[in-house]
Amino acid sequence: MNWNHVRAIAGADLRRLFKSKDYWIPLLIMASLFFVIIPLIMLTVIGQFEHTAFADQVASVVGNLPAQVNDAARGDTPLARASYIAAVFLLAPIAIIVPVTISAAVGSNAIVGERERGTGEFLAHSPVTMRELYVGKLIASLVPGYLALIVGFAAYALVVNLTVGPDLGGWFFPTVGWVVLILWVIPPFIAVALTVILRISARVRSAASAQQASSLVTLPIIMLSYAVSVSVVVSPGRSAFLIGAVSWAVAIFLSMRGAKKLRRERLLGVASET
Amino acid sequence: MTSEMESAIRFGSVSKSFGAVHAVQDLNFEAPTGAVTVLLGPNGAGKTTTVRLTTGALVADRGDIEVLGLHPKINGDEIRSRVGIVPPKPAFYDQLTGWENLQFAARIFGSDERSALDAAERFEIDHALLQEVGGYSTGMRTRLALARSVLHDPEVLLLDEPTAGLDPESSRKVLELIRELAGRGRTIVLCTHLLHEAEGIADQIVLVSDGHARISGSPEALTGRYLADPVVLFDAEDRSALSSLPDRHGVVSVAWNGAVHATLTDHDMLPDLIADLVRDGVRLTRVEPITPSLEELYFAMQRSDPEDPS
Repeated sequence: MNWNHVRAIAGADLRRLFKSKDYWIPLLIMASLFFVIIPLIMLTVIGQFEHTAFADQVASVVGNLPAQVNDAARGDTPLARASYIAAVFLLAPIAIIVPVTISAAVGSNAIVGERERGTGEFLAHSPVTMRELYVGKLIASLVPGYLALIVGFAAYALVVNLTVGPDLGGWFFPTVGWVVLILWVIPPFIAVALTVILRISARVRSAASAQQASSLVTLPIIMLSYAVSVSVVVSPGRSAFLIGAVSWAVAIFLSMRGAKKLRRERLLGVASET
Repeated sequence: MTSEMESAIRFGSVSKSFGAVHAVQDLNFEAPTGAVTVLLGPNGAGKTTTVRLTTGALVADRGDIEVLGLHPKINGDEIRSRVGIVPPKPAFYDQLTGWENLQFAARIFGSDERSALDAAERFEIDHALLQEVGGYSTGMRTRLALARSVLHDPEVLLLDEPTAGLDPESSRKVLELIRELAGRGRTIVLCTHLLHEAEGIADQIVLVSDGHARISGSPEALTGRYLADPVVLFDAEDRSALSSLPDRHGVVSVAWNGAVHATLTDHDMLPDLIADLVRDGVRLTRVEPITPSLEELYFAMQRSDPEDPS
Protein backbone atom coordinates (compact mmCIF):
# COMPACT_ATOMS: atom_id res chain seq x y z
CA MET A 1 0.00 0.00 0.00
CA ASN A 2 1.29 3.45 -1.00
CA TRP A 3 0.84 5.58 2.14
CA ASN A 4 1.53 8.77 0.16
CA HIS A 5 -1.69 8.09 -1.74
CA VAL A 6 -3.59 7.43 1.49
CA ARG A 7 -2.23 10.63 3.05
CA ALA A 8 -3.08 12.65 -0.08
CA ILE A 9 -6.69 11.39 -0.16
CA ALA A 10 -7.29 11.81 3.57
CA GLY A 11 -5.51 15.18 3.57
CA ALA A 12 -7.56 16.58 0.67
CA ASP A 13 -10.81 15.45 2.29
CA LEU A 14 -9.90 16.91 5.68
CA ARG A 15 -8.77 20.18 4.15
CA ARG A 16 -12.05 20.46 2.26
CA LEU A 17 -14.01 19.66 5.40
CA PHE A 18 -12.30 22.27 7.53
CA LYS A 19 -12.83 24.86 4.80
CA SER A 20 -16.58 24.11 4.63
CA LYS A 21 -18.00 26.10 7.52
CA ASP A 22 -21.57 25.17 6.61
CA TYR A 23 -20.56 21.58 7.14
CA TRP A 24 -18.64 21.67 10.40
CA ILE A 25 -20.44 24.47 12.28
CA PRO A 26 -23.62 22.35 12.81
CA LEU A 27 -21.39 19.48 13.92
CA LEU A 28 -19.58 21.81 16.32
CA ILE A 29 -22.92 22.98 17.73
CA MET A 30 -24.02 19.37 18.22
CA ALA A 31 -20.77 18.48 19.98
CA SER A 32 -21.06 21.55 22.24
CA LEU A 33 -24.63 20.62 23.07
CA PHE A 34 -23.78 17.06 24.09
CA PHE A 35 -20.42 17.64 25.75
CA VAL A 36 -20.94 21.02 27.43
CA ILE A 37 -24.44 22.51 27.47
CA ILE A 38 -26.59 19.50 28.43
CA PRO A 39 -24.11 18.18 31.08
CA LEU A 40 -23.66 21.69 32.49
CA ILE A 41 -27.42 22.24 32.87
CA MET A 42 -28.05 18.75 34.21
CA LEU A 43 -25.25 18.71 36.76
CA THR A 44 -25.95 22.28 37.89
CA VAL A 45 -29.65 21.55 38.35
CA ILE A 46 -28.98 18.40 40.41
CA GLY A 47 -26.71 20.38 42.71
CA GLN A 48 -29.39 23.01 43.39
CA PHE A 49 -31.88 20.75 45.18
CA GLU A 50 -30.21 19.94 48.49
CA HIS A 51 -32.76 19.40 51.30
CA THR A 52 -35.84 19.32 49.00
CA ALA A 53 -38.41 16.74 48.00
CA PHE A 54 -36.51 16.36 44.72
CA ALA A 55 -33.42 15.38 46.70
CA ASP A 56 -35.41 12.64 48.41
CA GLN A 57 -36.62 11.36 45.04
CA VAL A 58 -33.06 11.35 43.67
CA ALA A 59 -31.89 9.47 46.77
CA SER A 60 -34.59 6.90 46.17
CA VAL A 61 -33.64 6.50 42.48
CA VAL A 62 -29.95 6.16 43.34
CA GLY A 63 -30.79 3.55 45.94
CA ASN A 64 -32.61 1.49 43.33
CA LEU A 65 -29.74 1.53 40.80
CA PRO A 66 -27.80 -1.74 40.30
CA ALA A 67 -25.44 -2.56 43.14
CA GLN A 68 -22.43 -2.40 40.78
CA VAL A 69 -23.25 1.21 39.94
CA ASN A 70 -23.98 2.09 43.55
CA ASP A 71 -20.74 0.51 44.71
CA ALA A 72 -18.76 2.46 42.16
CA ALA A 73 -20.42 5.77 43.00
CA ARG A 74 -18.62 8.28 45.21
CA GLY A 75 -19.98 11.03 47.47
CA ASP A 76 -21.22 11.44 51.02
CA THR A 77 -24.74 12.71 50.31
CA PRO A 78 -27.39 11.22 48.00
CA LEU A 79 -27.19 14.30 45.74
CA ALA A 80 -23.41 14.09 45.53
CA ARG A 81 -23.71 10.41 44.63
CA ALA A 82 -26.46 11.26 42.10
CA SER A 83 -24.22 13.92 40.54
CA TYR A 84 -21.33 11.44 40.35
CA ILE A 85 -23.52 8.77 38.76
CA ALA A 86 -24.95 11.24 36.25
CA ALA A 87 -21.51 12.59 35.34
CA VAL A 88 -19.67 9.30 35.14
CA PHE A 89 -22.28 6.72 34.12
CA LEU A 90 -25.42 8.30 32.65
CA LEU A 91 -23.67 10.68 30.30
CA ALA A 92 -21.16 8.07 29.09
CA PRO A 93 -23.10 7.32 25.88
CA ILE A 94 -22.56 10.87 24.66
CA ALA A 95 -18.97 9.88 24.21
CA ILE A 96 -20.07 7.61 21.38
CA ILE A 97 -23.12 9.44 19.97
CA VAL A 98 -21.17 12.53 18.98
CA PRO A 99 -18.19 10.97 17.18
CA VAL A 100 -20.30 8.33 15.43
CA THR A 101 -22.75 10.98 14.21
CA ILE A 102 -19.99 13.27 12.99
CA SER A 103 -18.03 10.49 11.30
CA ALA A 104 -21.21 9.12 9.74
CA ALA A 105 -22.04 12.54 8.30
CA VAL A 106 -18.58 12.78 6.73
CA GLY A 107 -18.34 9.13 5.67
CA SER A 108 -21.74 8.92 4.01
CA ASN A 109 -20.63 11.54 1.49
CA ALA A 110 -17.11 10.16 1.05
CA ILE A 111 -17.47 8.06 -2.09
CA VAL A 112 -20.82 9.10 -3.51
CA GLY A 113 -19.59 12.69 -3.15
CA GLU A 114 -16.63 11.96 -5.45
CA ARG A 115 -19.06 10.58 -7.98
CA GLU A 116 -21.52 13.47 -7.71
CA ARG A 117 -18.81 16.12 -8.02
CA GLY A 118 -17.15 14.29 -10.90
CA THR A 119 -13.82 14.11 -9.04
CA GLY A 120 -14.27 10.33 -8.98
CA GLU A 121 -13.35 10.35 -12.68
CA PHE A 122 -9.86 11.65 -11.82
CA LEU A 123 -9.43 9.06 -9.06
CA ALA A 124 -10.71 6.26 -11.30
CA HIS A 125 -8.05 7.09 -13.90
CA SER A 126 -5.31 7.56 -11.29
CA PRO A 127 -2.84 4.98 -9.98
CA VAL A 128 -4.55 5.01 -6.57
CA THR A 129 -5.64 1.48 -5.65
CA MET A 130 -9.15 0.95 -4.31
CA ARG A 131 -7.61 -0.21 -1.03
CA GLU A 132 -5.67 3.06 -0.68
CA LEU A 133 -8.78 5.04 -1.53
CA TYR A 134 -10.84 3.12 1.02
CA VAL A 135 -8.28 3.57 3.81
CA GLY A 136 -7.88 7.26 2.94
CA LYS A 137 -11.64 7.78 3.10
CA LEU A 138 -11.87 5.81 6.34
CA ILE A 139 -9.20 7.97 7.97
CA ALA A 140 -10.73 11.18 6.62
CA SER A 141 -14.11 10.20 8.10
CA LEU A 142 -12.74 8.89 11.39
CA VAL A 143 -10.50 11.85 12.23
CA PRO A 144 -13.23 14.55 12.52
CA GLY A 145 -15.35 12.34 14.78
CA TYR A 146 -12.44 11.32 16.98
CA LEU A 147 -11.08 14.86 17.11
CA ALA A 148 -14.50 16.09 18.24
CA LEU A 149 -14.49 13.35 20.86
CA ILE A 150 -11.09 14.32 22.27
CA VAL A 151 -11.83 18.05 22.36
CA GLY A 152 -15.37 17.45 23.61
CA PHE A 153 -14.14 15.05 26.23
CA ALA A 154 -11.66 17.61 27.53
CA ALA A 155 -14.46 20.19 27.75
CA TYR A 156 -16.74 17.66 29.42
CA ALA A 157 -14.05 16.81 31.99
CA LEU A 158 -13.75 20.50 32.79
CA VAL A 159 -17.53 20.88 33.21
CA VAL A 160 -17.77 17.79 35.43
CA ASN A 161 -14.83 18.76 37.64
CA LEU A 162 -16.04 22.33 38.04
CA THR A 163 -19.67 21.45 38.82
CA VAL A 164 -19.43 18.14 40.71
CA GLY A 165 -15.80 18.22 41.84
CA PRO A 166 -16.32 20.54 44.87
CA ASP A 167 -18.88 18.07 46.34
CA LEU A 168 -16.49 15.15 45.90
CA GLY A 169 -13.38 16.69 47.40
CA GLY A 170 -11.76 18.00 44.21
CA TRP A 171 -11.11 17.02 40.62
CA PHE A 172 -11.91 13.34 40.03
CA PHE A 173 -12.64 13.10 36.31
CA PRO A 174 -11.79 11.29 34.00
CA THR A 175 -12.12 7.95 35.67
CA VAL A 176 -10.21 4.87 34.46
CA GLY A 177 -13.37 3.59 32.76
CA TRP A 178 -13.68 6.76 30.66
CA VAL A 179 -10.03 6.64 29.62
CA VAL A 180 -10.43 3.01 28.51
CA LEU A 181 -13.63 3.96 26.68
CA ILE A 182 -12.08 6.89 24.84
CA LEU A 183 -8.77 5.28 23.92
CA TRP A 184 -9.61 1.63 23.45
CA VAL A 185 -13.31 1.06 22.81
CA ILE A 186 -14.71 4.03 20.90
CA PRO A 187 -12.21 4.18 17.98
CA PRO A 188 -13.07 0.66 16.72
CA PHE A 189 -16.77 1.37 17.24
CA ILE A 190 -16.54 4.41 14.98
CA ALA A 191 -14.52 2.36 12.49
CA VAL A 192 -17.15 -0.41 12.45
CA ALA A 193 -19.88 2.13 11.77
CA LEU A 194 -17.76 3.68 9.02
CA THR A 195 -17.05 0.40 7.26
CA VAL A 196 -20.79 -0.04 6.77
CA ILE A 197 -21.35 3.62 5.88
CA LEU A 198 -18.54 3.69 3.29
CA ARG A 199 -20.03 0.63 1.67
CA ILE A 200 -23.37 2.40 1.49
CA SER A 201 -21.64 5.50 0.12
CA ALA A 202 -20.10 3.42 -2.67
CA ARG A 203 -23.39 1.83 -3.68
CA VAL A 204 -26.07 4.54 -3.56
CA ARG A 205 -26.82 7.02 -6.32
CA SER A 206 -26.87 10.26 -4.34
CA ALA A 207 -25.44 11.84 -1.19
CA ALA A 208 -28.96 12.33 0.17
CA SER A 209 -29.68 8.59 -0.10
CA ALA A 210 -26.33 7.85 1.54
CA GLN A 211 -27.16 10.07 4.50
CA GLN A 212 -30.58 8.48 4.97
CA ALA A 213 -29.21 4.96 4.80
CA SER A 214 -26.32 5.89 7.13
CA SER A 215 -28.67 7.18 9.79
CA LEU A 216 -30.42 3.81 9.74
CA VAL A 217 -27.06 2.13 10.32
CA THR A 218 -25.85 4.48 13.02
CA LEU A 219 -28.98 4.13 15.14
CA PRO A 220 -28.47 0.45 16.11
CA ILE A 221 -24.74 1.08 16.51
CA ILE A 222 -25.46 3.94 18.92
CA MET A 223 -27.91 1.76 20.87
CA LEU A 224 -25.38 -1.04 21.09
CA SER A 225 -22.64 1.33 22.09
CA TYR A 226 -24.85 2.83 24.81
CA ALA A 227 -24.93 -0.52 26.57
CA VAL A 228 -21.26 -1.14 25.92
CA SER A 229 -20.04 2.24 27.09
CA VAL A 230 -22.01 2.12 30.35
CA SER A 231 -20.63 -1.33 30.98
CA VAL A 232 -17.07 -0.15 30.28
CA VAL A 233 -17.20 2.91 32.56
CA VAL A 234 -18.79 0.89 35.39
CA SER A 235 -16.40 -2.01 35.08
CA PRO A 236 -13.23 -0.99 33.24
CA GLY A 237 -11.40 -4.28 33.75
CA ARG A 238 -10.89 -7.38 31.68
CA SER A 239 -14.35 -7.24 30.08
CA ALA A 240 -13.68 -3.72 28.83
CA PHE A 241 -10.40 -4.89 27.32
CA LEU A 242 -12.20 -7.79 25.66
CA ILE A 243 -14.97 -5.60 24.28
CA GLY A 244 -12.33 -3.30 22.79
CA ALA A 245 -10.33 -6.20 21.36
CA VAL A 246 -13.39 -7.75 19.73
CA SER A 247 -14.43 -4.36 18.34
CA TRP A 248 -10.96 -3.83 16.85
CA ALA A 249 -11.03 -7.30 15.27
CA VAL A 250 -14.47 -6.67 13.75
CA ALA A 251 -13.39 -3.23 12.52
CA ILE A 252 -10.25 -4.60 10.84
CA PHE A 253 -12.15 -7.50 9.28
CA LEU A 254 -14.92 -5.26 7.93
CA SER A 255 -12.38 -2.71 6.64
CA MET A 256 -10.53 -5.38 4.70
CA ARG A 257 -13.76 -6.68 3.21
CA GLY A 258 -14.98 -3.17 2.42
CA ALA A 259 -11.73 -2.32 0.63
CA LYS A 260 -12.02 -5.49 -1.46
CA LYS A 261 -15.60 -4.74 -2.42
CA LEU A 262 -14.92 -1.19 -3.63
CA ARG A 263 -14.73 -1.12 -7.43
CA ARG A 264 -13.25 1.55 -9.66
CA GLU A 265 -16.44 1.74 -11.74
CA ARG A 266 -18.30 3.01 -8.69
CA LEU A 267 -16.29 6.23 -8.86
CA LEU A 268 -17.66 6.78 -12.36
CA GLY A 269 -21.23 5.97 -11.40
CA VAL A 270 -21.63 3.27 -14.02
CA ALA A 271 -21.35 0.14 -11.87
CA SER A 272 -24.90 -0.07 -10.63
CA GLU A 273 -26.10 -1.85 -13.74
CA THR A 274 -23.16 -4.22 -14.13
CA MET B 1 1.21 4.28 -40.53
CA THR B 2 -0.34 1.72 -38.18
CA SER B 3 1.49 -1.13 -39.78
CA GLU B 4 4.83 0.67 -39.74
CA MET B 5 4.78 1.87 -36.14
CA GLU B 6 4.48 0.14 -32.83
CA SER B 7 1.06 0.61 -31.24
CA ALA B 8 0.82 2.32 -27.85
CA ILE B 9 -2.83 1.31 -27.58
CA ARG B 10 -4.45 -1.67 -29.18
CA PHE B 11 -8.11 -2.69 -28.92
CA GLY B 12 -8.97 -6.14 -30.23
CA SER B 13 -12.67 -7.00 -30.54
CA VAL B 14 -13.51 -5.16 -27.32
CA SER B 15 -17.08 -4.99 -26.05
CA LYS B 16 -18.59 -3.27 -23.02
CA SER B 17 -22.25 -3.07 -22.09
CA PHE B 18 -24.16 -1.38 -19.28
CA GLY B 19 -27.24 -3.50 -18.85
CA ALA B 20 -29.05 -3.41 -22.17
CA VAL B 21 -26.92 -0.56 -23.50
CA HIS B 22 -24.01 -1.68 -25.68
CA ALA B 23 -21.56 1.19 -25.26
CA VAL B 24 -18.73 -0.48 -27.18
CA GLN B 25 -19.21 -3.44 -29.52
CA ASP B 26 -16.43 -5.43 -31.06
CA LEU B 27 -14.20 -2.37 -31.21
CA ASN B 28 -10.89 -2.70 -33.04
CA PHE B 29 -8.35 0.06 -33.38
CA GLU B 30 -4.71 0.86 -32.80
CA ALA B 31 -3.11 4.12 -31.70
CA PRO B 32 0.46 4.25 -33.00
CA THR B 33 3.19 5.37 -30.61
CA GLY B 34 4.08 9.03 -30.96
CA ALA B 35 1.11 9.79 -33.20
CA VAL B 36 -2.14 11.69 -32.79
CA THR B 37 -5.12 9.40 -33.13
CA VAL B 38 -8.50 11.07 -33.36
CA LEU B 39 -11.58 9.12 -32.31
CA LEU B 40 -14.21 10.88 -34.34
CA GLY B 41 -17.86 10.31 -33.78
CA PRO B 42 -21.12 11.78 -32.60
CA ASN B 43 -22.18 11.98 -28.95
CA GLY B 44 -22.97 8.53 -27.57
CA ALA B 45 -20.70 6.78 -30.07
CA GLY B 46 -18.71 5.11 -27.27
CA LYS B 47 -15.68 7.40 -27.19
CA THR B 48 -15.75 8.05 -23.42
CA THR B 49 -16.22 4.37 -22.66
CA THR B 50 -13.23 3.65 -24.90
CA VAL B 51 -11.12 6.09 -22.87
CA ARG B 52 -12.30 4.54 -19.61
CA LEU B 53 -11.46 1.06 -20.88
CA THR B 54 -8.00 2.24 -21.91
CA THR B 55 -6.99 3.17 -18.36
CA GLY B 56 -8.77 0.22 -16.78
CA ALA B 57 -11.26 2.47 -15.02
CA LEU B 58 -13.79 0.18 -16.68
CA VAL B 59 -13.21 -3.49 -17.36
CA ALA B 60 -14.19 -4.84 -20.78
CA ASP B 61 -16.77 -7.60 -21.00
CA ARG B 62 -14.94 -9.16 -23.94
CA GLY B 63 -11.88 -8.61 -26.08
CA ASP B 64 -8.27 -7.72 -25.56
CA ILE B 65 -6.80 -4.31 -24.66
CA GLU B 66 -3.11 -3.50 -24.61
CA VAL B 67 -1.71 -0.16 -23.46
CA LEU B 68 2.06 0.43 -23.57
CA GLY B 69 2.45 -3.32 -23.82
CA LEU B 70 0.43 -3.87 -20.62
CA HIS B 71 -3.08 -5.13 -19.94
CA PRO B 72 -5.37 -2.73 -18.03
CA LYS B 73 -7.07 -5.56 -16.18
CA ILE B 74 -3.77 -6.88 -14.81
CA ASN B 75 -1.43 -3.87 -14.80
CA GLY B 76 -4.01 -1.09 -14.44
CA ASP B 77 -2.12 0.84 -11.76
CA GLU B 78 1.06 0.98 -13.84
CA ILE B 79 -0.86 2.02 -16.95
CA ARG B 80 -2.69 4.75 -15.02
CA SER B 81 0.61 6.11 -13.69
CA ARG B 82 1.92 6.47 -17.28
CA VAL B 83 -1.23 7.92 -18.83
CA GLY B 84 -2.68 11.42 -18.51
CA ILE B 85 -6.31 12.18 -19.07
CA VAL B 86 -8.55 15.17 -19.58
CA PRO B 87 -12.17 14.12 -19.07
CA PRO B 88 -15.03 15.84 -20.90
CA LYS B 89 -16.13 17.78 -17.81
CA PRO B 90 -13.03 18.26 -15.66
CA ALA B 91 -13.95 18.25 -11.97
CA PHE B 92 -11.98 19.48 -8.98
CA TYR B 93 -12.39 19.97 -5.27
CA ASP B 94 -14.05 23.37 -5.49
CA GLN B 95 -13.30 24.39 -1.90
CA LEU B 96 -9.58 23.92 -2.50
CA THR B 97 -7.38 26.31 -4.43
CA GLY B 98 -6.00 25.51 -7.85
CA TRP B 99 -2.61 24.93 -6.25
CA GLU B 100 -4.03 22.55 -3.62
CA ASN B 101 -5.74 20.59 -6.40
CA LEU B 102 -2.51 20.37 -8.37
CA GLN B 103 -0.55 19.38 -5.24
CA PHE B 104 -3.08 16.61 -4.65
CA ALA B 105 -2.65 15.31 -8.21
CA ALA B 106 1.14 15.57 -7.93
CA ARG B 107 1.12 13.43 -4.78
CA ILE B 108 -1.14 10.87 -6.43
CA PHE B 109 1.16 10.64 -9.47
CA GLY B 110 4.36 10.79 -7.42
CA SER B 111 5.45 14.07 -9.01
CA ASP B 112 7.06 17.01 -7.27
CA GLU B 113 5.65 20.49 -6.76
CA ARG B 114 8.05 21.97 -9.35
CA SER B 115 6.40 19.84 -12.06
CA ALA B 116 2.98 21.00 -10.90
CA LEU B 117 4.03 24.63 -11.08
CA ASP B 118 5.65 24.15 -14.49
CA ALA B 119 2.45 22.57 -15.79
CA ALA B 120 0.41 25.47 -14.43
CA GLU B 121 2.73 28.00 -16.08
CA ARG B 122 2.57 26.12 -19.35
CA PHE B 123 -1.22 26.50 -19.47
CA GLU B 124 -1.13 30.05 -18.08
CA ILE B 125 -3.19 29.24 -15.02
CA ASP B 126 -0.38 29.96 -12.54
CA HIS B 127 -1.75 33.45 -11.81
CA ALA B 128 -4.98 31.94 -10.39
CA LEU B 129 -3.49 29.10 -8.37
CA LEU B 130 -4.27 30.71 -5.01
CA GLN B 131 -7.97 31.11 -5.85
CA GLU B 132 -10.50 28.47 -4.91
CA VAL B 133 -11.41 26.43 -7.98
CA GLY B 134 -15.12 27.01 -7.26
CA GLY B 135 -14.61 30.53 -8.63
CA TYR B 136 -12.90 29.43 -11.86
CA SER B 137 -14.46 29.93 -15.28
CA THR B 138 -14.90 26.95 -17.65
CA GLY B 139 -11.76 27.93 -19.52
CA MET B 140 -9.71 28.16 -16.32
CA ARG B 141 -10.96 24.77 -15.17
CA THR B 142 -9.99 23.21 -18.49
CA ARG B 143 -6.55 24.77 -18.35
CA LEU B 144 -6.13 23.45 -14.80
CA ALA B 145 -7.28 20.01 -16.01
CA LEU B 146 -4.71 20.15 -18.80
CA ALA B 147 -1.99 21.10 -16.31
CA ARG B 148 -3.08 18.23 -14.06
CA SER B 149 -3.00 15.79 -16.96
CA VAL B 150 0.61 16.47 -17.93
CA LEU B 151 2.31 17.17 -14.60
CA HIS B 152 3.68 13.61 -14.46
CA ASP B 153 4.88 13.77 -18.08
CA PRO B 154 2.67 10.93 -19.32
CA GLU B 155 3.63 8.71 -22.24
CA VAL B 156 0.02 8.59 -23.42
CA LEU B 157 -2.45 11.47 -23.22
CA LEU B 158 -6.17 10.82 -23.55
CA LEU B 159 -8.18 13.95 -24.31
CA ASP B 160 -11.92 13.46 -24.20
CA GLU B 161 -13.65 16.47 -25.77
CA PRO B 162 -10.97 18.76 -24.28
CA THR B 163 -12.22 21.95 -25.89
CA ALA B 164 -15.87 21.60 -24.88
CA GLY B 165 -17.02 24.99 -23.60
CA LEU B 166 -13.71 26.69 -24.30
CA ASP B 167 -13.24 30.05 -25.99
CA PRO B 168 -11.38 29.99 -29.33
CA GLU B 169 -8.08 31.13 -27.79
CA SER B 170 -8.10 28.39 -25.16
CA SER B 171 -9.11 25.84 -27.80
CA ARG B 172 -6.15 26.89 -29.89
CA LYS B 173 -3.84 26.36 -26.89
CA VAL B 174 -5.16 22.85 -26.44
CA LEU B 175 -4.47 22.04 -30.07
CA GLU B 176 -1.00 23.57 -29.74
CA LEU B 177 -0.37 21.32 -26.74
CA ILE B 178 -1.37 18.30 -28.78
CA ARG B 179 1.01 19.23 -31.56
CA GLU B 180 3.81 19.94 -29.07
CA LEU B 181 3.39 16.68 -27.18
CA ALA B 182 3.13 14.69 -30.38
CA GLY B 183 6.35 16.40 -31.50
CA ARG B 184 8.01 15.10 -28.34
CA GLY B 185 7.03 11.53 -29.15
CA ARG B 186 4.01 11.28 -26.88
CA THR B 187 1.01 9.27 -27.97
CA ILE B 188 -2.19 11.27 -28.10
CA VAL B 189 -5.75 10.05 -28.38
CA LEU B 190 -8.22 12.86 -28.99
CA CYS B 191 -11.92 12.12 -28.74
CA THR B 192 -14.07 14.68 -30.46
CA HIS B 193 -17.14 15.22 -32.55
CA LEU B 194 -15.72 18.53 -33.81
CA LEU B 195 -14.17 18.01 -37.20
CA HIS B 196 -12.21 21.23 -37.21
CA GLU B 197 -10.39 20.10 -34.07
CA ALA B 198 -9.02 17.05 -35.80
CA GLU B 199 -8.13 18.99 -38.94
CA GLY B 200 -4.41 19.26 -39.40
CA ILE B 201 -3.37 17.42 -36.25
CA ALA B 202 -4.64 13.89 -36.84
CA ASP B 203 -2.10 11.31 -37.90
CA GLN B 204 -4.83 8.74 -37.81
CA ILE B 205 -8.59 9.00 -37.76
CA VAL B 206 -10.88 6.36 -36.30
CA LEU B 207 -14.51 6.92 -37.16
CA VAL B 208 -16.53 5.58 -34.23
CA SER B 209 -20.24 5.01 -34.41
CA ASP B 210 -22.55 2.96 -32.18
CA GLY B 211 -19.54 1.55 -30.35
CA HIS B 212 -17.85 0.28 -33.53
CA ALA B 213 -14.71 1.57 -35.23
CA ARG B 214 -16.21 1.82 -38.68
CA ILE B 215 -13.25 3.20 -40.56
CA SER B 216 -9.66 4.05 -39.66
CA GLY B 217 -6.55 5.29 -41.36
CA SER B 218 -4.44 8.38 -41.99
CA PRO B 219 -6.28 11.42 -43.41
CA GLU B 220 -4.32 11.00 -46.68
CA ALA B 221 -5.23 7.33 -47.00
CA LEU B 222 -8.85 8.02 -46.18
CA THR B 223 -8.94 10.90 -48.65
CA GLY B 224 -7.51 8.61 -51.29
CA ARG B 225 -10.11 6.02 -50.45
CA TYR B 226 -13.22 8.14 -50.09
CA LEU B 227 -12.41 11.25 -52.14
CA ALA B 228 -10.29 9.63 -54.80
CA ASP B 229 -11.01 12.12 -57.59
CA PRO B 230 -8.98 15.34 -57.16
CA VAL B 231 -10.75 18.68 -57.27
CA VAL B 232 -9.12 21.76 -58.83
CA LEU B 233 -10.35 25.32 -58.61
CA PHE B 234 -10.18 27.33 -61.83
CA ASP B 235 -10.83 30.98 -62.54
CA ALA B 236 -10.27 33.16 -65.58
CA GLU B 237 -10.50 36.79 -66.73
CA ASP B 238 -13.56 35.76 -68.68
CA ARG B 239 -15.23 33.04 -66.60
CA SER B 240 -17.56 32.04 -69.47
CA ALA B 241 -14.49 30.79 -71.32
CA LEU B 242 -14.37 27.96 -68.77
CA SER B 243 -17.78 26.64 -69.91
CA SER B 244 -15.94 24.16 -72.14
CA LEU B 245 -14.36 22.44 -69.13
CA PRO B 246 -16.93 19.62 -68.75
CA ASP B 247 -16.23 18.47 -72.31
CA ARG B 248 -12.46 18.32 -71.94
CA HIS B 249 -10.45 15.15 -71.54
CA GLY B 250 -9.84 14.10 -67.91
CA VAL B 251 -12.64 16.20 -66.41
CA VAL B 252 -15.26 14.19 -64.52
CA SER B 253 -17.58 17.00 -63.45
CA VAL B 254 -17.69 20.74 -62.89
CA ALA B 255 -19.40 22.71 -60.15
CA TRP B 256 -20.04 26.45 -60.51
CA ASN B 257 -20.06 27.89 -57.01
CA GLY B 258 -18.36 31.26 -57.01
CA ALA B 259 -15.33 29.90 -58.80
CA VAL B 260 -15.22 26.76 -60.93
CA HIS B 261 -14.51 23.48 -59.15
CA ALA B 262 -13.53 20.77 -61.59
CA THR B 263 -13.24 17.14 -60.53
CA LEU B 264 -10.51 15.39 -62.52
CA THR B 265 -9.89 11.71 -63.14
CA ASP B 266 -6.28 12.13 -62.04
CA HIS B 267 -3.93 14.90 -60.82
CA ASP B 268 -1.60 14.04 -63.70
CA MET B 269 -4.19 15.39 -66.12
CA LEU B 270 -3.80 18.92 -64.80
CA PRO B 271 -0.72 20.15 -66.84
CA ASP B 272 -2.27 19.01 -70.12
CA LEU B 273 -5.62 20.55 -69.18
CA ILE B 274 -3.98 23.92 -68.40
CA ALA B 275 -2.01 23.78 -71.67
CA ASP B 276 -5.20 23.05 -73.63
CA LEU B 277 -7.07 25.92 -71.98
CA VAL B 278 -4.23 28.38 -72.66
CA ARG B 279 -3.91 27.19 -76.26
CA ASP B 280 -7.63 27.84 -76.72
CA GLY B 281 -7.16 31.44 -75.53
CA VAL B 282 -8.50 31.11 -72.00
CA ARG B 283 -6.65 33.64 -69.79
CA LEU B 284 -6.46 31.75 -66.48
CA THR B 285 -6.17 33.82 -63.30
CA ARG B 286 -6.27 30.97 -60.79
CA VAL B 287 -5.55 27.23 -60.77
CA GLU B 288 -5.55 25.67 -57.31
CA PRO B 289 -5.72 21.98 -56.37
CA ILE B 290 -8.15 21.69 -53.45
CA THR B 291 -7.24 19.60 -50.39
CA PRO B 292 -10.51 18.18 -49.09
CA SER B 293 -11.44 19.29 -45.60
CA LEU B 294 -11.98 16.75 -42.88
CA GLU B 295 -15.62 17.67 -42.95
CA GLU B 296 -15.87 16.67 -46.61
CA LEU B 297 -13.97 13.50 -45.83
CA TYR B 298 -16.20 12.74 -42.83
CA PHE B 299 -19.37 13.02 -44.85
CA ALA B 300 -17.85 11.05 -47.71
CA MET B 301 -17.05 8.30 -45.20
CA GLN B 302 -20.54 8.54 -43.74
CA ARG B 303 -22.00 8.16 -47.24
CA SER B 304 -19.95 5.02 -47.81
CA ASP B 305 -21.39 1.62 -46.98
CA PRO B 306 -21.05 1.34 -43.18
CA GLU B 307 -20.85 -2.43 -43.36
CA ASP B 308 -18.02 -2.33 -45.85
CA PRO B 309 -15.24 -0.07 -44.56
CA SER B 310 -12.84 -1.44 -47.15
